Amino acid sequence: MEHLGFLFAAYAIIFSVIFVYVVFLWRRQAALDAEVSALEARLHALKDAASKSEASPRPK
Amino acid sequence: MNRNIRTIVAAATFILMIAALFMVFDYAPTEADQGIVQRIFYFHVPCAWVAFASFGIAALSGILYLWLGDRIWDDLEYAAAETGMVFCTLVLVTGSLWAKPIWGTWWTWDSRLTTTFILWLMYGGYMMMRASADDTAQTARFGAVIAIVAAADVPVVIASVRLWRTIHPAVIVTKEGGHGLEDPRMVAALLVSLAAFTALYGWLLMLRFAQLRARTRLGALAREIALAYAAAGDD
Repeated sequence: MEHLGFLFAAYAIIFSVIFVYVVFLWRRQAALDAEVSALEARLHALKDAASKSEASPRPK
Repeated sequence: MNRNIRTIVAAATFILMIAALFMVFDYAPTEADQGIVQRIFYFHVPCAWVAFASFGIAALSGILYLWLGDRIWDDLEYAAAETGMVFCTLVLVTGSLWAKPIWGTWWTWDSRLTTTFILWLMYGGYMMMRASADDTAQTARFGAVIAIVAAADVPVVIASVRLWRTIHPAVIVTKEGGHGLEDPRMVAALLVSLAAFTALYGWLLMLRFAQLRARTRLGALAREIALAYAAAGDD
C-alpha cells in the first residue's frame, strides 16, 4: 500500500476537476437559456405591437 | 431530441465509470514493479486519448469553418478545444502524480512530457485568445488557424516515445511492437476505462456545444431585435 496518497490524489483530482467543469457548464447553460427566452419574448412583443399598429386605422 | 441523447450518454457514462472503477481497483492485479500507484495509468491513458481526439475534432472543425464559413463549425471547434484542455490538464497532473513515486521527480523534460506540455500551452493560448477577443468572424478565423496548427503536435506526442530517447513507458505499443500490459485483466480494465472516458467526453462536448449554439442564437436574436427597434423608430 506504498504511495496510496498519490493514487488517491490522482483520482480525487480527476473527479473534482470534472465535477467543477460540469457545474460550471450547467450554470452557464442555465444563464444562456434564460437570456434567450427573455429575448425571444421581447421580440414577440415587438412584432405583436408592430402588427397591431398596422391593423388599426390611421386618424384622418 | 438532443436533450434525450445527452441523457442517454450521461447514463452510459455513469454506468461505464462505475464499471471502470470496479475493474481498476478490484479486477486488475497490482503491477509487480510499480505497485499500487500504477493504477493511475488506467485513468491517465483515457484522459490522453480523449484530449488528443478532442484536439483532432477541433482541428477538423477549424478546417470546415475556414472552408464553409458556417458558424456551427466554429462552435464545435471551440467546444472541442475547451473540453480537450480539461482532459489535457488532467493528463499532465496525473502523470506528474505517477512520476513522483516512480521517477522520484514531479517533472522532467522528457520528449513525451515536453511535447504534451507544448500542446497544452498552444491550446491554452487558443483559449486565452477566444476569451479575450470579441466574438467576431475574424476571431473565429484566427481560432481555426490556431486549432489546426496546434493539433499538428498530437502525432508528434504520440510518436515521441519511438522517435526520441525517453524514459516515458510505451504502454500501448512498445518499440518492439508488443504492448506493455502483460495481464489480460489489465487490458480489460484499460478498455473499460477508455469506454467510460469516451462516453464522458461525448457528454461534456455535447453540453458545451449546445451552450455555444445557444450563445450564437442569442447574438442573432439581439441583432434582429436591434433591427426591429430601429425599424419601429423610423415609423
